[in-house]
Amino acid sequence: MSTVTAAVPRRRRAGSRRAAAGYLFVAPFLVVFVAMLVVPLAYAGYLSLFREQLIGGTTFAGLDNYTRALSDDRLLGGVARVGAFFAIQVPVMLGLALFFALALDSGVLWLSRLLRLGIFVPYAVPSVVAALMWGYLYGPDFGPIAQLFEKVGWNAPNLLGSDLMLGSLANVVTWEFTGYNMIILYAALRSVPTELYEAAAVDGAGAWRIAWSIKIPALRPALLLTLIFSVIGSFQLFNEPQLLQRLAPNVIDSAYTPNLYAYSLAFTSQDVNYAAAVSFLLGVVIVAVSYTVQLAANRRRS
Amino acid sequence: MRTPRLRLLAAGVAAGLVLAGCGGGSDDDSGGTSSAVSQADIDKAMQTPTELTFWSWVPNIDKEIALFEKEYPAINVKLVNAGQGEPQYTKLRTALKAGSGAPDVVQIEFQYIPTFTITGDLLDLRPYGAEALKDQFVDWTWGQVTGADGQVWAIPQDTGPMGMLYRQDIFDKYGIKPPTTWDEFAAAARTLHAADPNVYLTNLASNQNGAWMGLLWQAGSRPFKTDGDRISVSVNDEASKKLGQYWGGLAKEGVISTDADFTDQWYQGLNRGKYATWLTAAWGPVFLSTSAKDTSGKWRAAPLPQWTDGGQEAGNWGGSTSAVVKTTKNPIAAAKFAEFLNTDPESTMMFATEQFLFPATKAVLSNPAFSDQKPAFYGGQQVNQVFAGISDTVATDFQWPPFLDQTVNDWDETVGKSLADRTDTVAALDQWQQRITTYAKNQGFKVE
Repeated sequence: MSTVTAAVPRRRRAGSRRAAAGYLFVAPFLVVFVAMLVVPLAYAGYLSLFREQLIGGTTFAGLDNYTRALSDDRLLGGVARVGAFFAIQVPVMLGLALFFALALDSGVLWLSRLLRLGIFVPYAVPSVVAALMWGYLYGPDFGPIAQLFEKVGWNAPNLLGSDLMLGSLANVVTWEFTGYNMIILYAALRSVPTELYEAAAVDGAGAWRIAWSIKIPALRPALLLTLIFSVIGSFQLFNEPQLLQRLAPNVIDSAYTPNLYAYSLAFTSQDVNYAAAVSFLLGVVIVAVSYTVQLAANRRRS
Repeated sequence: MRTPRLRLLAAGVAAGLVLAGCGGGSDDDSGGTSSAVSQADIDKAMQTPTELTFWSWVPNIDKEIALFEKEYPAINVKLVNAGQGEPQYTKLRTALKAGSGAPDVVQIEFQYIPTFTITGDLLDLRPYGAEALKDQFVDWTWGQVTGADGQVWAIPQDTGPMGMLYRQDIFDKYGIKPPTTWDEFAAAARTLHAADPNVYLTNLASNQNGAWMGLLWQAGSRPFKTDGDRISVSVNDEASKKLGQYWGGLAKEGVISTDADFTDQWYQGLNRGKYATWLTAAWGPVFLSTSAKDTSGKWRAAPLPQWTDGGQEAGNWGGSTSAVVKTTKNPIAAAKFAEFLNTDPESTMMFATEQFLFPATKAVLSNPAFSDQKPAFYGGQQVNQVFAGISDTVATDFQWPPFLDQTVNDWDETVGKSLADRTDTVAALDQWQQRITTYAKNQGFKVE
C-alpha cells in the first residue's frame, strides 16, 4: 500500500489519482485490519500445524490436530449443543424482535420511545453483568425465582441444573440481544416509503395485512442480517456460559461450547496448537452455516 | 458474544510467538552440584541499587516488603497483584513464553511448583544458601518445595493443614459428639440429616479439588510420582477408591451436600447453618470468621476424623511459597528477598498476625503471641494451637503432578460431577485416571 501512495507519478489520469486517495483513506483501516486480524489469523493457522509437548518440545504435526479435532467427542458435543441452541433460541429471539419492531412501528403504542429504550437497554448492559445478575436470579436455594416458587408452594426447578441450563442460557442471551435486533429491524421499517402504506390503505388493507404483505417483505434483508449475526453469536457462545460456570461448575464443563473448549485447551491444557485447530474448525462451521442460511434465504426470494 | 474469539486468537498469538524460545528447559543444569554463591558476592549484590518485581496476591504485603527495604535500602521491590491463583499463573506463563514481563519473585502455591519446574521456569535456590533454611520450616512444607534431586524451588510462606470446623450449637442440639473417626462421621451425617432434613453434617464441594487432594493425602494415597519424563498416575488406587466409596456413598444417600464452594449459595449456607461442619484448612478459621459473621461464637475446631481409631493423619490444602523466576537478572537479590520475607522473625510474625496466614516456620507456630490467641468466634478456643498440632501430622512425601491445571479440570468433570450428580464416584475415579493418563501421554510422558 505504501508504494502506491508514495510513488505516485506526477502526471497521471485523474481516475488513478482518485484511486490513490482512496487507498490513503482506507490505509489506517487496512493497517489495523492486517495487524489485528489477518496476521493473528494466519499465525493461528500456522500454529495449528504444530504440536508442543511438555516432554519433547515442538514438532511439526501436519494436519494431525485437525483429524484429532474431527473425532473429538467433546468438541462435536459442544458443536451439537450450540447447534441446538441456535435452532431454538434464535427463532424465539428474532420473533420477539420482529414483534416489538412491528408494534413500535405501528404507532399505536403509548410511550413508544420509552418502550423502545426499555427493550434496548439490556443490550447496553455488559454481558458480564447480565450473566452475574441472571446467575443470582437463577440461584437454586435463595434466588428470587426459587423463592417465588416456594411461596406458591411448588417445587422450584433447578434452573442451573443440567436439564435446564441450556434454556437458562438461552433466556439470558434472548434478554440481552432482542433489543439489539429490534433496533435493526425497526430502523429498516422506518425506511419503507410511506406511499406504499397509503397505497395499501387505499386498496383496503388493514394493519395486519400491511404488516404481512408490505412490512415483512421489506424487512427481509434486515432479517437476514440479524440471522447471520445470530449464527455467529450462537456458535461463539462464551461469556454467558463461562460466567455461569462458576455457579454450576459440574453442569457447564470445559467443553460446554466450542469456544469454551478452545479457551480451556489453550489455557488449562497448555495446548495452544490444538486450540488453534479447534478455533479454525469452528470458524469453518460458522462460515458454512452462515452461507447456508444466506443461500436458503436467497433461493426463497427468487 | 463476539469478542472472545478475537481475544483468544490474540492470546494464542502472544503465547505462540515465542514457541521457538520455550522449547528448552530440559537442557539446563538440573541436578548435579550447583556452585554456591560466595558471601562477598551476596553482600555486593545486596548493596547494589536494584529493582525487583514481585507478584503476590497477599493483601497488604507491602508491609513485609517495607521491612525488607529497611534492611536492604539499596533494593527496591515493586509489588504487582496479578490476580489470585490461576489468573496469575496464566499471566506468568504468558510472560514467560513471551520472554519479557515476568517478575523476579512470584507467589506460587505448593501444588503448582511442579507445573512450573517441568518447564524449567524456576530458579534452584541452593546456590543462595536456601538449604540452610530447612530446619526453620515444618518438615512437610520443606518436602513440598524440594525437587527430586534436592533442588530448593521456593521458600514456604504459609500452609493449610486440614482440620474440621464444626458448629457446637448444632452438635449440642442433636446430641452429636465431634466425630474422631470417619465411621463416626458417617453415622453423625445420617443422624443429623434424619433429625433435620435442612441441615447437612458437611458440604463436600463438588468443584473443590484442593479439599479432595487434602483428604487423599490424609488417606495415604500418593497418586503422582514424576521422574524426568516418566510419570506414574494412580488416582484410582486403593486409598483413592476408599475415599471415593466413602464420599460418593454419603452423597448418594443425600446426607451430605455437595454445593460448589465460595459461591453466594455456599456463603449463605454457612451463615444459615445449612452445614454443621466445614472440612477446611488452617486458613479456614479466619476466613470463616469474616464471611459468616452471624455465627460468631458457635464454631469450634478439631482435627479431621481419622481412618483408624486413634490415628493421627492429616493432609494439606493450600498455602503458598515465594519462588524466584529463572529469567531474573538479579538472582541473588531475588533469592534473598524470598528468604527474608519468609524467615525474618518480624516478617513471618506479621504474616501470621496481620494477614492471618497460617505459618510455615516452627518459630511462629510455637510463638505464644500466635498460638495462644483465643478468638471469640470460636468461643475462646485456641484454634491456632489446634491447627499447629495438626500441621505436625501432615505426611511429608506427597507429590503433585507437573500439569496441575489439567488434573484439576479433569477432576471437576469426573469425580466432582459424580458427587454433584450423586452418581458412582468410584467409576468416576477410573475416568479421572483415564483422562490424566491420556493427557500425560499426549504431552510426551512415559506413563507407568
